[in-house]
Amino acid sequence: MKEEVAVIGVGQTAFTRDCGMSIRELCFEAYKDAAQGLNLAPKDVNASIICSAPEYDKQRTPAALISEYLGFTPSPTFYLETVCSSGTTGVRVGYSLIKSGLHDLVVVIGFQKMSELTSREAAQVMGRGDDTMFSSPFGTTMPGGHALYARAHMDAYGTTEKQLALVRVKNSFYGSQNPKANYRKKLTLEECLNADMVCSPLKKFDCCANCDGASAVILASAAKARQYTNKPIWILGVGMATSELNWSSRKSLTNFDSVRNAAKIAYEMAGVGPEDIDVAEVHDCFTISEILAYEDLGFAKTGEGGKLIESKETYHTGKIPVNVDGGLLSKGHPIGGTGGSQVRTIVHQLRGECGETQVKDAKIGLVHNVGGVGTYANVIIFGR
Amino acid sequence: MDFGNFGVVSFTKQAKSVAFVDHLAEGKLEGTRCKKCGRKFFPPRMDCAFCLASDVEWFEIKGPGKLVTYSTVVFGPSGFEEVQPYTLGIVEFPEGVRVLAKISKKIDPKTIKSGMLLKPVPQRLNEQKLTYEFEIP
Repeated sequence: MKEEVAVIGVGQTAFTRDCGMSIRELCFEAYKDAAQGLNLAPKDVNASIICSAPEYDKQRTPAALISEYLGFTPSPTFYLETVCSSGTTGVRVGYSLIKSGLHDLVVVIGFQKMSELTSREAAQVMGRGDDTMFSSPFGTTMPGGHALYARAHMDAYGTTEKQLALVRVKNSFYGSQNPKANYRKKLTLEECLNADMVCSPLKKFDCCANCDGASAVILASAAKARQYTNKPIWILGVGMATSELNWSSRKSLTNFDSVRNAAKIAYEMAGVGPEDIDVAEVHDCFTISEILAYEDLGFAKTGEGGKLIESKETYHTGKIPVNVDGGLLSKGHPIGGTGGSQVRTIVHQLRGECGETQVKDAKIGLVHNVGGVGTYANVIIFGR
Repeated sequence: MDFGNFGVVSFTKQAKSVAFVDHLAEGKLEGTRCKKCGRKFFPPRMDCAFCLASDVEWFEIKGPGKLVTYSTVVFGPSGFEEVQPYTLGIVEFPEGVRVLAKISKKIDPKTIKSGMLLKPVPQRLNEQKLTYEFEIP
């Protein structure tokens, strides 16, 4: 086991539709949850990385504001963005700051307060996450982009609307047990299949909801980590890759090349393969995204992601448990806050703190966090 | 013409590739080709990062091409309230490029299938605005 950079603390706020807090207060809640019990003073933090998607922020340059509120001044802070994967890009950069020897202890905060925008404004902002010169003028949206992949996957491999719905049924089962999740209702297959269409073939329950929330991940060098905790969780591999922003420029519309490339790098760096992963958090912004993740991460063969959910092997007692905290579909998706929440779940799983949803004897965990429609991909592998 | 004349909703006014919009006004959908290495670009680029050159020529995309994937958007972004629902598709053309656009409302959505043949048709939305959509050849 590579013992170089550790996660020593993870936290998040509850993800809600309308948090009733300002962004600085949201970030404080997440940081407090992560730092609880660590006996960590603000002056011990060598640097902070603040992650969100700026088009949702009313505050210009939020990093300094949040650093000030958390008492980190005068240590360096900066803002970082890769839309929905901003949080894990923060973890990646934090990892490299520590590995390079520049810093010993780095805090990564991710947040988004989406309730400041109406849902149509949010849809417009998200549409601008596609090529604004050549694609957005046609009315592209994030659900629309994923729907194009869903249709292509169905036509190529026979993936069905029922298989997509089964992803939501699973994730709603776990979401009902997660007190931090926005959507706590257990959904049946019929409810998912009969829901209103959003972008064919994706229906209401195939889509995650925007929400407010923040997360925090505290990273430390090996020597520092042991000063603060006797349960460090080690970062074994970090992979990142990018696909073309314009969907029509991409070779494949049935898998995300960005994820395949990121996974290859992360697996090689960690010296493990998909068969070694005990528990995974994948970026299920839409049900099709989880099916694509199964295949792109190597949990299922190409084209067989739909069969994997049917087999129930991605439940917490199955061969490869995925999103046993409810995923984005149940928790909600506060863009910059999402990646840190995924890391939090994997760290809790590896520490054996998950109660009813604990994966037995989990030793190696994986986080897959994607920005845009497969545009930016981070795959991070953790071990204890 | 400036680039703001393209699309139901536009976000860019100035671009070196503004001739793209002029070509739409003439009834042609066009991409670009790098004169040095021959790479074809759609969306059109006026620059080639592989040659570090900005010497391109325009070529017309006539089709027909095959529909690769599609989706009917029921809930669109701001500015699309009046036109939703609409169906977006990506078509692969024999000219060697893929293009995203709306599929014409003249086509019954129930008959839309991956693999069907479609051609691009430039269109005038009003006096100011131009776009293109896919129709049956």
